[in-house]
Amino acid sequence: MKKIIELKNISKSFDGEKILDNISLYINDNEFITLLGPSGCGKTTTLRMIGGFTQPDEGDVIFMGERINDTPPHKRNINTVFQKYALFPHLNVFENVAFPLRQRRVPKNEINEKVNQMLSLVMLSGFGNRSVTSLSGGQQQRVAIARALISHPKVLLLDEPLGALDLKLRKDMQQELKKIQKSTGITFVFVTHDQEEALSMSDTIVVMNEGKIQQIGTPTDIYNEPKNAFVADFIGESNIVDGVMLEDYKVRFAGHTFECLDTGFGKNEPVDVVIRPEDVDIVPAQEAMLNGLVTSVTFMGVHNEIIVDIAGFKWMIQTTDSVDEGAHIGLSLDPDAIHIMKKSKYSGMFGDYSSFSNELEELSNPGGEEEE
Amino acid sequence: MKMKLSSKIYTGIIFAFLFAPILILLIFSFNESKSLSVFSGFSFKWYRELLKDRNTLETVRNTLVLAASATAISTVMGTAAALGIDRLRSRWYRAAMNTVTDIPMTNPDIITGISLMLMFVFVGRLFGASTSLSFWTMLISHVTFCLPYVIMQVLPKLQQMDKALPEAAMDLGCTPMQAFFKVELPEMLPGIITGAIMAFTLSLDDFVISYFTSGNGFETLPIRIYSMTKKTVTPKMYALATIIFFVTMSLLLISNLVDNDDSRKLRDRKRKKRND
Amino acid sequence: MNRSVKKGKLTTYRAALMPYSIWALLFVLIPLLFVAYYAFTDNSFQFTMENFNRFFTATSNLKNDDGTVREVHTYLLIFMRSLKLAVISTIICLLMGYPIAYIIAHAGPKAQKTMITLIMIPMWMNFLIRTYAWMTILQDTGILNNLLGLLGIKPLHIIGTETAVVIGMVYDYFPYMVLPIYSIMAKMDDKLIEAARDLGCGSLSVLRRVIFPLSLPGVISGVTMVLIPSISTFYISQKLGNGKFFLIGDAIEGQYVANNLHFAAAIAFILMGILLVCMAVLKYVTTRHVYGGE
Repeated sequence: MKKIIELKNISKSFDGEKILDNISLYINDNEFITLLGPSGCGKTTTLRMIGGFTQPDEGDVIFMGERINDTPPHKRNINTVFQKYALFPHLNVFENVAFPLRQRRVPKNEINEKVNQMLSLVMLSGFGNRSVTSLSGGQQQRVAIARALISHPKVLLLDEPLGALDLKLRKDMQQELKKIQKSTGITFVFVTHDQEEALSMSDTIVVMNEGKIQQIGTPTDIYNEPKNAFVADFIGESNIVDGVMLEDYKVRFAGHTFECLDTGFGKNEPVDVVIRPEDVDIVPAQEAMLNGLVTSVTFMGVHNEIIVDIAGFKWMIQTTDSVDEGAHIGLSLDPDAIHIMKKSKYSGMFGDYSSFSNELEELSNPGGEEEE
Repeated sequence: MKMKLSSKIYTGIIFAFLFAPILILLIFSFNESKSLSVFSGFSFKWYRELLKDRNTLETVRNTLVLAASATAISTVMGTAAALGIDRLRSRWYRAAMNTVTDIPMTNPDIITGISLMLMFVFVGRLFGASTSLSFWTMLISHVTFCLPYVIMQVLPKLQQMDKALPEAAMDLGCTPMQAFFKVELPEMLPGIITGAIMAFTLSLDDFVISYFTSGNGFETLPIRIYSMTKKTVTPKMYALATIIFFVTMSLLLISNLVDNDDSRKLRDRKRKKRND
Repeated sequence: MNRSVKKGKLTTYRAALMPYSIWALLFVLIPLLFVAYYAFTDNSFQFTMENFNRFFTATSNLKNDDGTVREVHTYLLIFMRSLKLAVISTIICLLMGYPIAYIIAHAGPKAQKTMITLIMIPMWMNFLIRTYAWMTILQDTGILNNLLGLLGIKPLHIIGTETAVVIGMVYDYFPYMVLPIYSIMAKMDDKLIEAARDLGCGSLSVLRRVIFPLSLPGVISGVTMVLIPSISTFYISQKLGNGKFFLIGDAIEGQYVANNLHFAAAIAFILMGILLVCMAVLKYVTTRHVYGGE
């Protein structure tokens, strides 16, 4: 695979605050890569740097083998779909899409042909004469994509483009974007704070936090093999427990020694243990490795989400079995359900469900993406 | 919504009050006799008289030249200023600019006029001129009181504009200069045009500030009207007022057409709400 | 290097603001300083309080209606009269303008647009001519009295009275009262009124407890926009008051014509001071009412 963009040791500060801290990453041609992280993690700044709207304080931006730190946006073969679309309100749909072509003085009939072709690609044929302000959010979104794609950039940057859409529309657009990316073969660099979106769309995910890259990998890598407690917690639900790696393939936590698949840790090294809620099996007490008290049960449709108190530490478990609140249950873990991570600065900050409550989750996440 | 009868009557009375003097003025401009209270017959006499009045026509020309120059200068300078104010980071500077822009709008005209006149006279004396008041001092004064209105019209357009627009234009191949002319300027244009029309009509109409800052034989129409109304007035002046009235009315219509652009956008937004 | 690109861009905008900054300094701020400078100096630009002294102590004889003569403080009298007439005009404008603003704001969108244009049209007629038209209407042998005569009513003597001056002020500045109140009311959410009714307010208490407090910013700016020009006008009083009711504007103009620039500046200076006080009071009232006080 060919590297199309490379960021080398990039740092950037605004008003004395470090936004990006020595970031390095490369982006392959034709891939769908997602920069994922909470707001303020530096993902948008990274994107703007690739687009040419911000310059790094230190480090290099390499595009197709050339250093482009000082190349202005209009000279980069990279286009952007802006967060609120940034459609030109004084131009109609057709003229918005035609804008880059007119800029390059493409002949008129060619413009007509290309714009109409592009409009049909984004399923807006016949909308050419409409004013962009009269379109719905989803339609505006598609105009923005058409406009950004029409001059066949090597790379398309998308800055939380689905953030303003409602849930249903967002799901449709995810599919559509993925389809467009496949059919055009253009590299997509996508920025989002929505982990589900990232998991379902991307070839590669870059998890960022506090101006640093936490992990780069495929969606399955990131989900199954999170590198630290932050990633484990940010992507999906996880129970993160303190443990000790006794030796290769043997880890002890929650008062029990488990077999696992991990190697390469020191003898008796303290570690973080990640167990995904869906990987815990409920078993009869005599077969159980762990015993716990069910403190809450929430019906989620496909499964129940239960909180189990295991020796004072609260675990979240997703199960299709029906369990009653106050019941004592036995639990068992397969070796591949256990994932071991080295201790990091995020250890102990995440993965404990002792204060868990569905209402609280919603309260602490006002205007979050699941609402609407 | 249907208006109640009492509301209709009240509205009728208010508009009668507002339009009675104007109507009377229009009617009596066609009066045959010199009387301003008894209508004795229809004629264009006073309009013909007006056309023969060289002095008045000269002041009309002066007024137009002054208004056009003041509009041109204040529109360009005001638009540039709005661009600058919009981008100001320093809160202190921004507050200072807002205050300074407010002063000519909230200060009574007589204060603005007196203050400028005092400075012009003082500076003129420094250079030993017997009178420093002239076309130029009037132009400066008119530009001064027009500027805030231009800024007031242009600035909101900039503030409403998505700041990503110029970036999007650059992203799509425009140099910063082209992005300004192709995207930012069209966005500001309705504000600039309304601002310019306001500046033009304010300048045409201004009497108080002109009164204090004019001199050296340069006279505008309002000043002429002022000196005419010191003596007995003939319907000739009414004829003149009628003409000015219709000229300004047509300017108002033009600016309404520009505004319609905005109401079109509003409609679009409403339609969009339905779509969503 | 990279930073210089960004800075360069910002400097362009700074530079765009420069001409206006300089202009405002030279032709807005410095002239105001000149008012103060002239006000506190005499003809040879020596410091003096004489101008203010004269303002507060100068007297003249005023003939009463019954022919007796009394001595008054000339400028204080003029000042109080200006203030009185301006306040009366402002109140009348508010009482007349508030209902019409309400009516317009609650009409259909097309009717709103038409009526607002109609309110503004008189502003596009030169104010000297508007005022003069009222003079011809109100004259003893003018149109109003002709009409009254036709109805068999005795002619009214209006011209040359304070009433005539107030009519002129109200007429000239009425639109300035209606427009800001209207624009606030038009933006007001009708749901608020419904909510108030839902919560048990009758029509009158909806007006008093919801509509009026919410429209207060518009009222304040309307009041400012009427009060300031009517307190400082100098043409209306000359024409409609037959020159009998000198106002503060007439005093300034008179001193300007007489080339007493220093005294004219002093009167202007005092006028500015009074207006600043008025504005401060208005601002205080607004913050208390609109934001519930601090």
